[in-house]
Amino acid sequence: MGSEIVHALRGVTFDVVAGEFLTIMGSSGSGKTTLLNTLGCLDKPSDGTYLLDGVDVGKLGRNELAKLRNNKIGFVFQAYNLLPRTSALENVELPLLYNPALSTKERRERAIKCLEAVSLGDRLDHTPSQLSGGQQQRVAIARALVNEPVMILADEATGNLDSRTSYSIMALFQELNSQGKTIVFVTHEPDIASFSSRTIMLRDGKVMKDSLNEGRKSAREMLDALPKTEDY
Amino acid sequence: MSLFNLLRIALRALQRNKLRAFLTMLGIIIGVASVIAMVAIGQGSKQSIQSQLSGMGSNMIIIRPNSNVSAGARLDATSVQTLTLDDVKALQRQAPDLSAVSPMANAKGQAIYGNNNWPTTIQGVQPNYLTTIRQWPVQDGVAFTDRDVQTQSKVCLLGQTVITNLFPTGGSPVGKYIRFGNVPMLVIGTLAPKGESAFGQDQDDVIIAPFTTVQRRILSSANSTIFVQNIYASAINETRTTAASDEISNILRTTHRLKPSDEDDFAVRTMQELINTFSSTSQLLTVLLAVIAGISLLVGGIGIMNIMYVSVTERTREIGLRMSIGARGVDILLQFLTEAILISLTGGVLGVILGISSAWLVTFFLKWPTLVTEPSIVLSFLVCAITGVFFGYYPAQKASRLDPIEALRYE
Repeated sequence: MGSEIVHALRGVTFDVVAGEFLTIMGSSGSGKTTLLNTLGCLDKPSDGTYLLDGVDVGKLGRNELAKLRNNKIGFVFQAYNLLPRTSALENVELPLLYNPALSTKERRERAIKCLEAVSLGDRLDHTPSQLSGGQQQRVAIARALVNEPVMILADEATGNLDSRTSYSIMALFQELNSQGKTIVFVTHEPDIASFSSRTIMLRDGKVMKDSLNEGRKSAREMLDALPKTEDY
Repeated sequence: MSLFNLLRIALRALQRNKLRAFLTMLGIIIGVASVIAMVAIGQGSKQSIQSQLSGMGSNMIIIRPNSNVSAGARLDATSVQTLTLDDVKALQRQAPDLSAVSPMANAKGQAIYGNNNWPTTIQGVQPNYLTTIRQWPVQDGVAFTDRDVQTQSKVCLLGQTVITNLFPTGGSPVGKYIRFGNVPMLVIGTLAPKGESAFGQDQDDVIIAPFTTVQRRILSSANSTIFVQNIYASAINETRTTAASDEISNILRTTHRLKPSDEDDFAVRTMQELINTFSSTSQLLTVLLAVIAGISLLVGGIGIMNIMYVSVTERTREIGLRMSIGARGVDILLQFLTEAILISLTGGVLGVILGISSAWLVTFFLKWPTLVTEPSIVLSFLVCAITGVFFGYYPAQKASRLDPIEALRYE
């Protein structure tokens, strides 16, 4: 198992500028996931360097990587990955539990603030099973925001959602981006990419295209343009 | 992560699987409870044997004639008479570690009062037999005195069993005349109940009378005036019993003029020996019970390990998520370890409660003596805490070493 060495990424070089909304696109096997794992400090590059906020990730140990993920990265997953039977508030508090600098009170306040930012201020005590898919993803986004990361990493964050909810999630991401949050969004859906400010196309572990998006669309407008009642 | 948060997370996880947590705990509960209850039963029986033996007089030393060789044939110990009143006098004079020496003359026979009769044993002794050797209080009336012994007066004290059988209608027997065989005797007192001896013998089925009365008026054979059947003695305290029994041997060997090559023609038994024999037996019983109970605790521990492995596998994604948002390996390790320890400690507390109450129930319903000792509680609690750490550690370590990427993608 795994005895053959696979170079999932080869010679990928790019910078993410603070405040950018970057989409990484590519088909299956193009190296998206490996790139995301590397960006998220879950994996270290076998060769080359990755500087996150000025820190060379490749030189860090397991525990230091964990600390880096806790302080500088916010993850949003396709499958939400919320803790079952645990309230939205506690789910959002989770990253802060691993940050010893914060008191219980601060933790709670920040979690509530983040849930309000994703307009779930009235769902603090709901467990994931009591929330819709879109709401669960909002909780996950709040969780990614709560530690005030330098970069939010989203892995197919709209993959499990219908188009209306996808748009509303993208609208939320755009809103966060306009507030200055740096977002890296991995997807294979071109229309999702069109909401971002820059797109990187990967194929066979190489960057095929790296371009700024000219006609950036607003997810909010797209959402409003959708028919209010869908009969099917 | 702070201890408070660790506890909160562990509690939350256990709450999510209440029944499973309880069943896992049950192994520990039963383990701890059985250790405590079993040790309590063992200790209780040990203590009750000890107290019964001390009730017989823990300083008591019994000297009996021993089997002797007569014309080449070994004779039964009871059929030979080797102890004499001179031996008694010699012991009284020469043994510094003895506080009291009393000869005893035994006779079996029928005790009669009115139209009731009862087969029993009469023991002829000196007053110090009751006061010092057996420490047997008189319930009603008075005990006989040295003067009664000198005058062979026909007085006696009755044991409780004899009283019940001769005086079934109740009323004090003191002042009444009974007959033992053909000898009429005045009852001057009754003995406090002693209950059964450690050998199941009814100690209250006895009449105590002055030694000379039994010797001369009841036994009244040629032998009985020279020989005594037993000699009872009492060491000055429990620790001197061994020394006292050595002194007795030396004195009796001298008075019996035994050559160094000769065997003793008497046997010296101390209660201390008996106590030690019974104590070591019940100590063995306690250890045996504790081992069996300890095994059930081990099984409980394996139950914890098993369930923790299941829990780690089941929550692989959760572990992956926690790691991806910044949990270090040690955080995950502590989280699962806390859970295991929480299970085992809660089980331990419940087990202690169950153990104490079941020991109490055993005493209440089965009338078995039990003794819950603090060391057994502390020990079983410690063992179960260690069990929690030991059996919880490996699953927790497995969790902490997961690769976050793989854990996140785990289905």
